[in-house]
Amino acid sequence: MAKDEITKGYKLVGTRPNRPDGLDKVTGRARYGADFSLPGMLWAAVVRSPHAHAKIKRIDATKALALDGVKAVVTRADLPTGLEGEDLNLQENTLAGEKALYDGHAVAAVAATSALLAQDAARLIEVEYEVIPHVTDVDAAMQPGAPVIREGAADYSVPEGMHPNVVRHMEFGHGDVVAGFAAADIVREETYKTEATHQGYIEPHACVGQMGEDGRGEMWVCTQGHWYIRRMCAAVLGIEAANLRVTPSEIGGGFGGKTTIFMEPLALALSKKAGGRPVKLVMSRAEVLRATGPTASASMDVKIGMKKDGTVTAGQVMFRMQGGAFVGMSPIGEALPCAFACYDIPALKHEAVEVLTNRPKAAAYRAPGSPMAAFAVESLMDEMCRELGLDPIDVRLKNAAKEGSKSSYGPVYNRIGLVETLEAAKAHPNYAIPLGPNQGRGVASGFWFNHGGETSVSLAIGEDGTVQVSIGTPDIGGSRASIALMTAETLGIPYENVRVNVVETGALGVNEPTHGSRATFASGKAAVEAARQAIKEMCRRAAAEWEIEPEAVEWKDGAAQPAGPNAGKFPPMTIAEIGAKMGGTGGPISGHHETNAGGVGASFGTHVVDVEVDPETGRTTVLRYLVVQDAGTAIHPAYVEGQYQGGAAQGIGWALNEEYVYGADGRLQNTVFLDYRIPVASDLPMIDTVIVEVPNPGHPYGVRGVGETGITPPLPALAGAVAAAAGVRLRSLPMSPPKVLAAIKAARQA
Amino acid sequence: MKKVHVTTTVNGDPVEFLADPRETLLDCLRNHLDLTGTKEGCGTGDCGACSVTLDGTLVCSCLVLGVEAEGKKVETIEGMASEGELHPLQRQFIEHAALQCGFCTPGILVAAKSLLEQNPDPSESEIRFWLAGNLCRCTGYDKIVRAVQDAAAEMRGAA
Ligand code: FES
Ligand code: FES
Repeated sequence: MAKDEITKGYKLVGTRPNRPDGLDKVTGRARYGADFSLPGMLWAAVVRSPHAHAKIKRIDATKALALDGVKAVVTRADLPTGLEGEDLNLQENTLAGEKALYDGHAVAAVAATSALLAQDAARLIEVEYEVIPHVTDVDAAMQPGAPVIREGAADYSVPEGMHPNVVRHMEFGHGDVVAGFAAADIVREETYKTEATHQGYIEPHACVGQMGEDGRGEMWVCTQGHWYIRRMCAAVLGIEAANLRVTPSEIGGGFGGKTTIFMEPLALALSKKAGGRPVKLVMSRAEVLRATGPTASASMDVKIGMKKDGTVTAGQVMFRMQGGAFVGMSPIGEALPCAFACYDIPALKHEAVEVLTNRPKAAAYRAPGSPMAAFAVESLMDEMCRELGLDPIDVRLKNAAKEGSKSSYGPVYNRIGLVETLEAAKAHPNYAIPLGPNQGRGVASGFWFNHGGETSVSLAIGEDGTVQVSIGTPDIGGSRASIALMTAETLGIPYENVRVNVVETGALGVNEPTHGSRATFASGKAAVEAARQAIKEMCRRAAAEWEIEPEAVEWKDGAAQPAGPNAGKFPPMTIAEIGAKMGGTGGPISGHHETNAGGVGASFGTHVVDVEVDPETGRTTVLRYLVVQDAGTAIHPAYVEGQYQGGAAQGIGWALNEEYVYGADGRLQNTVFLDYRIPVASDLPMIDTVIVEVPNPGHPYGVRGVGETGITPPLPALAGAVAAAAGVRLRSLPMSPPKVLAAIKAARQA
Repeated sequence: MKKVHVTTTVNGDPVEFLADPRETLLDCLRNHLDLTGTKEGCGTGDCGACSVTLDGTLVCSCLVLGVEAEGKKVETIEGMASEGELHPLQRQFIEHAALQCGFCTPGILVAAKSLLEQNPDPSESEIRFWLAGNLCRCTGYDKIVRAVQDAAAEMRGAA
């Protein structure tokens, strides 16, 4: 909490007021996706493929439709044809066409008068499959003889001679890597692997959709971005975007996984077929795990050259990533630029391929691609530091990117705070705590670009001087509070006098989702601009009443005031007075701002973790954990800490436990939380945080965005800590107890 | 399947509903009684989002059948605040920012209340093990554990 004293002259920014939606959320009143119901509503269920790869020969819904209370069945035949690119991907993932492409792929959907009846009916829908060979591992899918998932899917970038499952290829770099490696004292090359993990939001996907014969509809849905839902549903169903009004519910976590559609068009298509009755569709946990956005899995080669003093002379990576059976879903385009983004290295070569497998269509997950890349590059950095006996923070400081450094992916950095995070980590008491037997410490840094994006915000002054802000970025972790703080700070009024609402698609221009750590940055920036616009108008109204020039009026402490000696003497006109009489002074006062928000400030963080590994069981206990990250400015420090802690916890889960386990039959083996084990309260210690504040010059209050970087360092930091504690280096995640134990035993035998 | 008439007490109020014998207590609370504060995160007893008490015992309502509530007393998140006065746990959760998305919050509050009724002065590790059946994906649990500690202290009159 130490950072709160750094007020920088702000009254509200940097304080920790209660969030506006807190009361509803602790009393059970807040309405999430599945909490919404309408009169005459039907319930839906989805039939899913039990096979990883199968031709669909026949679908017969006769028996299901014969049940009393069953109102509609939809299959791919009910959807329009002729879609291309990502629209076709989305449609194909909504409902399989000729082939089921992964275990859990939707094949048909049914609507009935109750949830149980819909589930009964789904079981009566007969699907005849011809099972064909499948592949789920990224490396296996590239081997000669691997079953081809989509003929002719590779784009122009793929070099001749690669397996048809390799569908995209990417490379870039700078400098002379051959000379760079020649100049190094040691050169190491290793291969690292990460398994797919799931975002693991506790709220399953849920929506209510209603659509009439005329193709006009409405939807209530838990989503990170309702304009995306609108665009994607419209594309999949062949309707016009403006005819679909989408209202976001409260959202029970997303982490990137709720930036796209999975089953939403089914609710609309079923509703249309059922005469326009609204249809509710709620996924089970097993459906969430089998059929919604896991992340990619990765197999990565890294080569680094280092001088004895820790100077990195060259780096090279080759990443192979699969994002399921759909082209364009693996995050190679993010993973490569993130790989060496923390460092200023004279020679770099990046290369990656995207590979199709019989797995679900991957979705974004918190800093997509960055955690895998960091696991590979930061792990090898750590291995080399240990080999040379160098302090890992000193080596990072030596190579750290700074203001003016040309980034590994091209642009020159403006003011960034990596060095400050490294220095704060080094100075933190955790870094000096002595360790006992079987204990080890790991350090790693991480990066995320952050994002601006399409943003539209409106603000209106009330008759009593209170202010309502309409934003289009759903609030997942307290952004209504942070945007209210910035708006109130700008207007000079109390935080409680600003109410921020997340509004539906009919109320604003297009907004990108809450993704890329952008909500507080971009919606906040637009809200500040909207507030400034309203201030200008309020000054104009005051000037008109005082009969002076608008330029002779300034806004201070929530009121218009005459500025300068020549403006005349008038008592301040408060926002409440201006609001009370605005009907007679020219009508409603509002502000509006829309932008493709620029001025993004890159995000860096450094983590330090101590673990103890039980040599008898291979189990890793996290003893203490430190997150240091540059927030730019922490608008509401408590929710900034929350992002740091939550990101670290997800990274710890990815490092130690979580993984998609596919059987030889290509079916997902762990489809419940008991088997897909995310960290529970007793797995974790308190998570210490240090908020570094290197303000982003591109934001009125210096915000960078804080959501994503925190998931990145835990993977390599834990690998380093486990290596130090157990004397074995795991280059494949997760470091589950059986794997660690096997490595310990193998090391003993060797 | 033929429906069963169930008479029970929820948050002190007498209620009745018709349940399909296959429906869980969670389904009945949410869909027959419109008490949607109790959440479903998994339906398999692994996440605790559906936590309620049944005759004072903490249960996952997704693992209890609706018909089993007959003649019992059910307490849900909607009954936690009394006469407009938040329970100290509810207030501490807001003040500590112990919720992000808030989806796990009702279950965690119900579970934590049940802990403090049995153990007014739990250690950090007792809190962590008690709440091990309540998954939260957003917070990393740090602020949740602190909020429970402070609520416990407040309830003991130590704060
Ligand atoms: S919904 Fe009951 S434990 Fe998850
Ligand atoms: S606050 Fe989101 S799951 Fe706990």
